[in-house]
Amino acid sequence: MTGTEAGSYLDSLIRVQAQPPAAHSSPAWLKQLRARALERVGALTVPTTRDEDWRFTDLSPLTRLSWHPVQGAPQLASADLERLSLPEAAARLVFVDGRYAAQHSFNHSGLTVANLPAGMAEHGASVEAHLGRHARFEQDAFTAVNTAFLHDGALIVVARDAVLEAPVQVLCISTQKETASYPRCLVIAQPGSRLTIIEEFAALHQGACFTNAVTEMALADNARVNHVRVQRDSEAAFHIGNCAVSLAHASRYHAVGIAFGARLSRYNLNVLLAEEGAECAIDGLALIGGRQLADSHTLIDHAKPHGLSRQLHKCIVDGSAHSVFNGKIMVRPGAQRTDSSQSSRNLLLSGKARVDTKPQLEIFADDVKCAHGATVGQLDAEEVFYLRSRGLSDAAARMLLTYAFGAEVIGRIGVASLRRRLERAVQAQTSRAA
Amino acid sequence: MIYQDSRTLLAVRDLRATVNGTEILKGIDLSVRSGEVHAIMGPNGSGKSTFAKVLAGHPAYAVSGGEVSFDGGNLFELEPETRSRRGMFLGFQYPIEIPGVANSQFLRLAYNTLQAERGKEELDPLEFDDFVREKMKLLEMNPDFLDRSVNEGFSGGEKKRNEILQMALLEPKLAILDETDSGLDIDALRIVANGVNHLATRDNAIILVTHYQRLLNYIKPDFVHVMDAGRIVKTGGSELALELEARGYDWVSAEFIASGTPKAEVGA
Repeated sequence: MTGTEAGSYLDSLIRVQAQPPAAHSSPAWLKQLRARALERVGALTVPTTRDEDWRFTDLSPLTRLSWHPVQGAPQLASADLERLSLPEAAARLVFVDGRYAAQHSFNHSGLTVANLPAGMAEHGASVEAHLGRHARFEQDAFTAVNTAFLHDGALIVVARDAVLEAPVQVLCISTQKETASYPRCLVIAQPGSRLTIIEEFAALHQGACFTNAVTEMALADNARVNHVRVQRDSEAAFHIGNCAVSLAHASRYHAVGIAFGARLSRYNLNVLLAEEGAECAIDGLALIGGRQLADSHTLIDHAKPHGLSRQLHKCIVDGSAHSVFNGKIMVRPGAQRTDSSQSSRNLLLSGKARVDTKPQLEIFADDVKCAHGATVGQLDAEEVFYLRSRGLSDAAARMLLTYAFGAEVIGRIGVASLRRRLERAVQAQTSRAA
Repeated sequence: MIYQDSRTLLAVRDLRATVNGTEILKGIDLSVRSGEVHAIMGPNGSGKSTFAKVLAGHPAYAVSGGEVSFDGGNLFELEPETRSRRGMFLGFQYPIEIPGVANSQFLRLAYNTLQAERGKEELDPLEFDDFVREKMKLLEMNPDFLDRSVNEGFSGGEKKRNEILQMALLEPKLAILDETDSGLDIDALRIVANGVNHLATRDNAIILVTHYQRLLNYIKPDFVHVMDAGRIVKTGGSELALELEARGYDWVSAEFIASGTPKAEVGA
């Protein structure tokens, strides 16, 4: 694939996506943001496996597909919505094929949880200050395309010292095959506030589709955000997600990312510990089989002293699937007393499964504590025997151990109904594997 | 206890087994009848634990000769899980930790698997909770251990109590307890031994594999067997354990070699 062809591929994405008429009434700064992003789309190309960051993830199958415009009104059947709903949710925003579905959304949270165009009326200045500022599109083709089409999106503003215990759910559902959607989410957590947000990407079809999602989160001083991201796209889907998080003084960000779906998924999570005393915990689980590829690239950027980061990334890989993890920890000059640990643990369930895992530490301060480790292995024969000696069949023993491997990450999700739903999904998938 | 009307639960004849091509068990003969408690003692490396694992079906060991009948059937035709479901239980020397699986979930799964096998009713989580808490009292276990991951972060004594708890739930016909006393302080030893004594009936049998005599102060064996270099070299009553405690193991091996037993191939 040459750069020229790649460029034309991005152009073709642009052509198929028409801006909604309402985009013309956007504020001037947003029009300018889109225009700048569109300009970058023209200059950037789709990355190839010659790019170090995309070494294992070949996007050429994506560029061979063509997409249709989304048809009709955004609409879900109530049974489908019911299946994905969380009883605990204080608010829910639903996007169907990238478009806001007001009739499926609700907000009892007392906070701003709204579609972007509506929410901007009240929070114009702070949206302007954050939107497109954290997820940089200058060098990233997919973020640029998403930003060029920026219209509908989730906007969550948690007011100063507001504490919302119940989660806010953002559901992005693909209902139409061969379409591309560009989910967007912006979270602004003001000083001292607390929020749990569940972002979930799912498909109601088994066809190809392309999800290109961008999420930005700005945590002000002492804010706390729990962020759960569940990717369960169709098995033929392409999913590219970018999430950029900025942490101010003593703020805390906890992420749990679960990836089950998609033929090819790539998630880039960049967390900037921008001020002193910021903390983050990043947990990830990929559970894939068949010919799936799940690629997770994370960057934890310690820019200031006394930052703390904890990361656990797990992959369960079956069939001839391939998981990729690149975990970069950056400790910038002056970011003294940084305390960072990273663990990548991988379970191979078949001889053809493949894992590429790479911790990448770049440390430019001398008074820091950084630990990392990676393991790749199969189920432990002693553990399997222990369970069989208690009457469990070989298959049941393997299933339980595989389930347990994933449950460690799922157990870190603070929303009980989602945890149960994901545990069932892991059980279903592991029993299929066993 | 030795009963007149007992039946043979385990009959081992000339059992040989290898690991990675090396013969570890070199012809074991043993008969265990219902109601009996047997102790298998011997120095480190004598093959005691291997014998226990071979009986339970550990995949690392290959049976290279001999026969074992368990409760009237050929043991070696049974998968490890089938041996368990037919009433064999191995209490592990080093119980495995399983992070991510709640102990209660594991115990209930094992219990219900057995109930299904026996055509009996399975218990739902609430029913099982009541049932297992009752059993835990026997071992003076804190119910908190139900919510923790299987054996994860348990002390040595807690792990062994958890093993005996599984024995209490599964009510095996033959329990083989491999070094159950190792790593136990005196209180834990007493509790575990009380649990085992409580579970011993005239219908089941227990094989204690142990290096030291002290467990036998609490659980009185009907037979004591001494293993050396992959064979049982001496069998006696409970008094033999005391003699071993006083004199060590060397004299037994020496006596065995001197006796010129046909199966002795020491040095071969």
